[in-house]
Amino acid sequence: MADRIDWIALAIFLFFFALVTVMGFFAARWKSGPVGAHLDQWGLGGRQFGTWITWFLLGGDFYTAYTVIAVPALVYAVGAYGFFALPYTIIVYPFVFAVMPLLWTTAHAHGYVTAADVVHGTYNSRGLEFAIAITGIVATMPYIALQLIGMGVVIKAMGLTGELPIVAAFIILALYTYSSGLRAPALIAFVKDIMIYIVVLVAVVVVPAKLGGYGAVFAAANEAFTVKGGDTGLILKPSQMLAYATLALGSALAAFMYPHTLTGIFASKSADTIRKNAVLLPAYTLLLGLIALLGYMAYAAHIKVSSPNDVVPVLFKVLFPSWFAGFAFSAIAIGALVPAAVMSIGAANLFTRNVWKSYIDPGISHAGEAAVAKIASLIVKLGALAFTLLLPTQYALDLQLLGGLWILQIFPALVFGLFTRWFRAEGLLLGWAAGILWGSWTAWSNGLKPLASISLGEGHYTFYVGLGALVLNVAVAAIGTVVLSRVSPDRRHSLTAPS
Amino acid sequence: MWILLLVPFVGLLWVPFYNSLEPALFGFPFFYWYQLAWVPLSSLLIWLVYRSRAPDEAP
Repeated sequence: MADRIDWIALAIFLFFFALVTVMGFFAARWKSGPVGAHLDQWGLGGRQFGTWITWFLLGGDFYTAYTVIAVPALVYAVGAYGFFALPYTIIVYPFVFAVMPLLWTTAHAHGYVTAADVVHGTYNSRGLEFAIAITGIVATMPYIALQLIGMGVVIKAMGLTGELPIVAAFIILALYTYSSGLRAPALIAFVKDIMIYIVVLVAVVVVPAKLGGYGAVFAAANEAFTVKGGDTGLILKPSQMLAYATLALGSALAAFMYPHTLTGIFASKSADTIRKNAVLLPAYTLLLGLIALLGYMAYAAHIKVSSPNDVVPVLFKVLFPSWFAGFAFSAIAIGALVPAAVMSIGAANLFTRNVWKSYIDPGISHAGEAAVAKIASLIVKLGALAFTLLLPTQYALDLQLLGGLWILQIFPALVFGLFTRWFRAEGLLLGWAAGILWGSWTAWSNGLKPLASISLGEGHYTFYVGLGALVLNVAVAAIGTVVLSRVSPDRRHSLTAPS
Repeated sequence: MWILLLVPFVGLLWVPFYNSLEPALFGFPFFYWYQLAWVPLSSLLIWLVYRSRAPDEAP
C-alpha cells in the first residue's frame, strides 16, 4: 500500500475524530443523570433509551468496523461462503423479538445490569454466575482488539505508519468512556451510523456504475474464482452447505449473548422498545449484505491486495476522490469506537457486579459500583490495546473465533431459565464446561478453524464447532439435571419468582 | 402468529433450496437476491407478530 500521507483524507478524518471526541465528553450531560452515582447511569445510560437511540446504539454496536473490513475481505477471499453473515444477521431478529423482551423484563424488575446477574437471580448459584461473567469478559477482549485492528487498517490506508495514531485514538476513547459511560457511544452512534449509511449507499450505487453494473461485478468475481479454484465460487460447494447453515444459526444464537449487545438490551426503556427494534434493525442487515458485495467489486476494479483486509480501503482509494475516501475511513474508524466503548462497558459491568461485588466487596454502594466499573473499563481497554500491539493480528482473529464459540455456551443458562425452571444450576455448569472444553479442543486440533467434521455411515458432514458444542452443552445439562434430581430432589430456591 | 417467527429460519437455513445462480435478477444471482429479499420479509413477519400480540400491561 502507498506510504505517502493523503493529506485531504487525513484532514477530513481528523475533523470527524475531533467532532466525536467533543460529543463523547459532552455526552455525560446528555439526558442527564448523575453518571458517577449509580451503575445504572454509567453502565446503562440510565435505562432510558427509546426506540431510536436503541436502534442507533445496537446497530452501531453489533455491525462493527471490523465487520465492514472483514466481511468483504472474506467474500473477496472465498466467495459465497463469506455471505453466511447475511442469513446470520437476519435470523437473529426473530430470536431477539421472542427472547430479549423477556430478559429485559426480568432485568428491569430486579435491577440486574448483566447476564450473570440474571443467571444468579434465577439459579442462586455463585458458580454459574462466575462462569457466565468470566466467559463474557474473556470473549469480549479479543473482540475489542479486532475493532482496533479495523481502525488500524484505515489509518494505514491514509498513509500513517507506526502505532502512535492508534494509541492516541484509544486513549481519547478510554477517557470519554470513563467520564460519560454508555451515553458516549450512544451519542456517537448517531454520527457513526449516518456516516456509514452514506458511505455504503454511495458505494453500492457509484461503484457498480463505474464498473459496468452488478452483472459485470459478479462476472468478474466468477472469473477470478474459476482461476483460483478450491472451495471458492459464487455459490456454495455441496460440502459447504451444512457449514454455511450451522455458522449462520450458531452465530445468530451467540450474537445477543455478548456483553455489548446485552448492554444495549438492558439500557433500553421498555420491552416494547426491543420488539420495535427487532422489526427495524434488519435495515442494517441490508447494509451489511451490500457491504459484503464490496468484496466482489474489488475483482471488477482489478484490485490486487496482499492481505484481504485491505480490500475495502484500497477500493475506496482507487475509485473515489480523496475527500470521500477520507469520509469513508472516518466512518469506519468511528465505527470501531462505538462497539469498543460498549464492549468495555459491558465487560466492566460484569467485572463489577459479578466478580468485585460477589467476591470482594458485597456491601458496595451504588456509587462504589460506578467507580469500580469506570476503572475496570480502563483496564479492559488497556488490555485490548496491549493485545493489539504486542501479539500478531492472527492471535486476535483466532481468539475472536474461539470467543464466539465460548459465548454461545452461556446460552442454556441465560435463555432456558426465562422459559422453564426445570434445569439445575449444577447441570448447566457441567454443560457449560463440556461445551467450552470440547469446542476449544476441537477448534484447536483443527488448526483453529471454526468447523468440525463427523462421518455417519457413507456421509461426511462438516459443521460449525460452536453449534456442536452447544448441542453437547444442552445434552450434558439435561443429563446432569436428571441425575441430580434423583440424588437430591431438594433444590436451592431461586431468588426470583418464576415468571 | 408466533409460528411466523420460524419462517425465516426455514427459508434461510435450508441452503440447497437457494444455492444456485439462476434465476438472476438485476444482475444478482439467485443465491444473493434471495437472501437479500429475506431481510424486508423477516421484518414484515416480525411486524405482523408484533401487531397481533396483546400490548404489555401498563407499568
